[in-house]
Amino acid sequence: MKVAVVQFPGSNCDQDAYHLYASGLRLPTRYLWHKETSVGEADLVVVPGGFSYGDYLRCGAIARFSPVMAAVRDFAAAGGLVFGVCNGFQILCEAGLLPGALIRNASLEYRCLTSELKVEASTETFNPRALGAAIRLPIGHGEGNFRIDEAGLARLEANHQVLVRYADNPNGSLGDIAGIRNEAGNVFGMMPHPDRAFERFHPSQDGLAVARAVLAARFPEVLRRTG
Amino acid sequence: MPPAAPSAPVPPAAPAPALPPNPDPVLNQAITPALVKRHGLLPDEYAVITRTLGREPSLTELGIFSVMWSEHCSYKNTRVLLKGFPTEKKGPTEKFGRVLVKAGEENAGIIDVGDGWAIAFKIESHNHPSAIEPFEGAATGVGGIIRDIFTMGARPVLLTNSLRFGELRSPATKRLLRGVVSGIAHYGNCVGVPTVGGDVYFDRSYEGNPLVNALCLGTLRHDQIRRGKATGVGNPVFYVGASTGRDGLGGAAFASKELSAESAADRPAVQKGDPFMEKLLIEACLEMMAVPGLVVGIQDMGAAGLTCSTCETASRGGAGIEIELDRVPQREPGMNSYEIMLSESQERMLVIVQRGREREIEDIFLKWDLHAANIGEVTATGRMVVRQHGIVVADIPAPALTDEAPLYRREGREAPGAAALRAWSPSQLPDLDQRGTHSALLRLLAHPTIASKRWIYRQYDHMVQHGTVVLPGSDAAVVRLRLGERDRFIAISNDCNGRYCFLNPHRGALIAMVECLRNLACAGARPLAMTDNLNFGNPYKPENFHQLQECVRGLAEACRHFDLPVVGGNVSLYNESPEGAIDPTPTVAVVGLIEDERHVTRQFASAADQQLVLLGGAPAELGGSQFLGLIHGLKTGDAPAVDLAAEQRLQDLLLAQIAAGRVAAAHDLSEGGLLVAVSEMLFSPARTWGARLDLTGFGAGRCDALLFGESQGRVVLAVQPGDVAAVQAAAAAAGIPAHVIGAVGGEAADKATLTVRTARFEAAWAMADLRRGWETSIEEAMRRPGLAL
Amino acid sequence: MKINVFVTPKKNVLDPQGAAVGHALESLGFRGLKGTRVGKLIELEVDGADTPEFRARLDQVCRDLLSNPVIEDFRYEIPPQ
Repeated sequence: MKVAVVQFPGSNCDQDAYHLYASGLRLPTRYLWHKETSVGEADLVVVPGGFSYGDYLRCGAIARFSPVMAAVRDFAAAGGLVFGVCNGFQILCEAGLLPGALIRNASLEYRCLTSELKVEASTETFNPRALGAAIRLPIGHGEGNFRIDEAGLARLEANHQVLVRYADNPNGSLGDIAGIRNEAGNVFGMMPHPDRAFERFHPSQDGLAVARAVLAARFPEVLRRTG
Repeated sequence: MPPAAPSAPVPPAAPAPALPPNPDPVLNQAITPALVKRHGLLPDEYAVITRTLGREPSLTELGIFSVMWSEHCSYKNTRVLLKGFPTEKKGPTEKFGRVLVKAGEENAGIIDVGDGWAIAFKIESHNHPSAIEPFEGAATGVGGIIRDIFTMGARPVLLTNSLRFGELRSPATKRLLRGVVSGIAHYGNCVGVPTVGGDVYFDRSYEGNPLVNALCLGTLRHDQIRRGKATGVGNPVFYVGASTGRDGLGGAAFASKELSAESAADRPAVQKGDPFMEKLLIEACLEMMAVPGLVVGIQDMGAAGLTCSTCETASRGGAGIEIELDRVPQREPGMNSYEIMLSESQERMLVIVQRGREREIEDIFLKWDLHAANIGEVTATGRMVVRQHGIVVADIPAPALTDEAPLYRREGREAPGAAALRAWSPSQLPDLDQRGTHSALLRLLAHPTIASKRWIYRQYDHMVQHGTVVLPGSDAAVVRLRLGERDRFIAISNDCNGRYCFLNPHRGALIAMVECLRNLACAGARPLAMTDNLNFGNPYKPENFHQLQECVRGLAEACRHFDLPVVGGNVSLYNESPEGAIDPTPTVAVVGLIEDERHVTRQFASAADQQLVLLGGAPAELGGSQFLGLIHGLKTGDAPAVDLAAEQRLQDLLLAQIAAGRVAAAHDLSEGGLLVAVSEMLFSPARTWGARLDLTGFGAGRCDALLFGESQGRVVLAVQPGDVAAVQAAAAAAGIPAHVIGAVGGEAADKATLTVRTARFEAAWAMADLRRGWETSIEEAMRRPGLAL
Repeated sequence: MKINVFVTPKKNVLDPQGAAVGHALESLGFRGLKGTRVGKLIELEVDGADTPEFRARLDQVCRDLLSNPVIEDFRYEIPPQ
């Protein structure tokens, strides 16, 4: 299983994402520069957190037009696994790979804290049986307020596309939604950071289980590995 | 910072012909005494300039001298004092701790941490810009200190800050707090460097003169160290980063004038930062510096931008530099040489490149979509020569701007009433009774200086780079550094109680140091080195200069006693307004190393029945305490006594007990004294604990001093019952009093209480009440109507 | 040719900035305020003429980049040059 972590100008959690997979899950991981026109050999493409292009215009608005995103879109259309975290989630929404949009936190302030999340029964591998009823992941964002129109929300709920909800909503997200997947189940996005919850000294190590649960959507064998 | 040199008379240069007229007619006006004064230069200084040049300066040259000889750039009134700091370590340094780059040599100092790795760190102020435009002032302060670190070849890995504001009641102070915090957050979060700690005080003396001191620490291998030196005649001089605009013109000279009502109109003097640009610059520069032999020298363009970086790199290299301003990327049309040389546009670096390899640096910067312009070359003349459209607009010997900047010895004289203040005794002050004690603890915990700073640090990304081990809220921040094959754990603490320094500058400075060292020891860390930011008033007033002298004497004494080198720092003077000067505030930050991850210790109780052990006894001192200030409205008495030898024994004892696995939690006593410290230990992020304290063993002296006095050299430990005897024995052997004062209770969090028995009464609080006031104080003060929290 | 593009939050989308600005105005004594929305003005300077083809292209970039149609509306003005 090979992992590619996209790097935009301004991505700053790319190293964190790299280590989650390389050190935490011990999978072959490499960086994917935004000017590349192909994702190359990859089983999972991770779009990491940060402030790509300074969050100018809107978070992720400019990153979505970079050459690599066209390649990521093709990769996803062919069923490839994509996981967007924080700024990555914002980019996937702007690119239309996930529904909805992320706007400014209701408090108008950046929030960095460890959040308790309720796990939803979303897929065979991403559900409370696999991950527990609740997990803890740090958040770090100024624009994590998830918005979608009524029809979109109804579709999300009907198709069990919500992955996790905030137990104590820190940003005003509709439905307390912290993370979602697409209908086909190969594109995942969440504001909380699994890449800040895997080291022994982190507030929790739930990031490892989350990363595995996403990988297991296409590679169930990852659940049988230890470490 | 230029090294200290005695002030010797400058021999007159041979008479030189005047420079040709400047391309911009506006710059060809005659230089009048009024113009010299407006540039912040004294008539004597102007005379030295004409002697050095052998002619009158051009207006551009006048501007250049004005910024380079400003207090901010030249340290002309303090260089003499700063010579007193030790800049090397005396003790053994085989494992770690050796100074690789000393204070004053470069933009930041560098300390070895073992295995061929090192850390670079420094603290710097941005006080005056933050007073005028808090968001951009604080943001660009962060940007500037980050550049000082990566210009040394280090990757920035953490930020901390020391902030001082007036009382958190006035709309003006709230506006400053909101602006400064969001400015720091905006820049640090976007650039991807975690802000992991610091300290914040709210005190009337800072009203109108906020202090914003920002620290950055970076990591690098020994072979990655880069210096700001121009060498190699013919090597090209490159300008990389953002374009130059008219930002912050005269910002450095601006910082040296006292704030007054005029300053609001000085708004254009504040620079605007772009953290996205800085992030690109960090990556491009680190990539460039990783190419062997490509970068000969590098310096960031900070205060006085192009001017400072050019003449300093030339001076350090004993060389000259010639640049052509037409090649400088410019954001606005029609900029003249004065504007370009003095612009403080952010996110720019000066790079001396190995001749013949220009293409390599251009390719790297092209990858990152950044400017890399070849603007000049290194020469053998020792002079900084600036041209625009091919016409010479400035021609100055580089050392005249740096090493030969004026050096002054100011006069220091203690303020008349100071000794009398120190002589105050509490004999006339009524002691606390049970009701007074009950109310005092609630009020102290809710005071913004003591209260939870969560409203602040939850706006900082303190987790990016996935290495933060001890989060904000404990005594010291602890971060894991990935250094090659090994992980290293470092701890950092910022501190300074300005009130102690006001009452007793020498002692207050000693306390700033020992407070940091106690914080590090409580985290399990051995100190490595320190950086300091001296924040004082107008040095031409003898009372202020006396405070500066005495504080520096205290810091230097502490550094020598604990064998801690100073790796660098900053001086910020003229922190005063018509109301008066701020309390003298020599901010100290100490970095330490925790050799074993298992020794990382926090300040929070973690289990019922943990015994609370007070190390250091209970001397009865009230001077300078938060209690005296808040409850009695008094700012008086002497700062608490300091015993450096006892502090060393305490630190050693702590580290030994932590290594022996006997310390569940450790917290040092500071503002608010014993009861505040114990309460803070019980406010664990996981859950609230209760405790019963029995202080009858300390006799029937003053209760207020016992409960809230701020005597030094004290720590409270939480110790498993089975380990108490061993801890006491070790303390006795070290000559440190150790009293078991109580135990952590087993009640559920919502029923937890704190009970304190003294010789005269028993007081009790519901922990929920204490915690609520502590947790929500700043949040409530900063709440905005109609907005979610 | 100069063009002003206005991007505003959709009417039914939460606008925390607008709410904050509205409250601030009220606390400054600004009476009779019935609503506040905060948007963006993007000023473009282009070569060329105002043709139907140009407008179609402008519509396209407004939809693709300058606004997010999920949460924002856009309109533009081409003032007399």
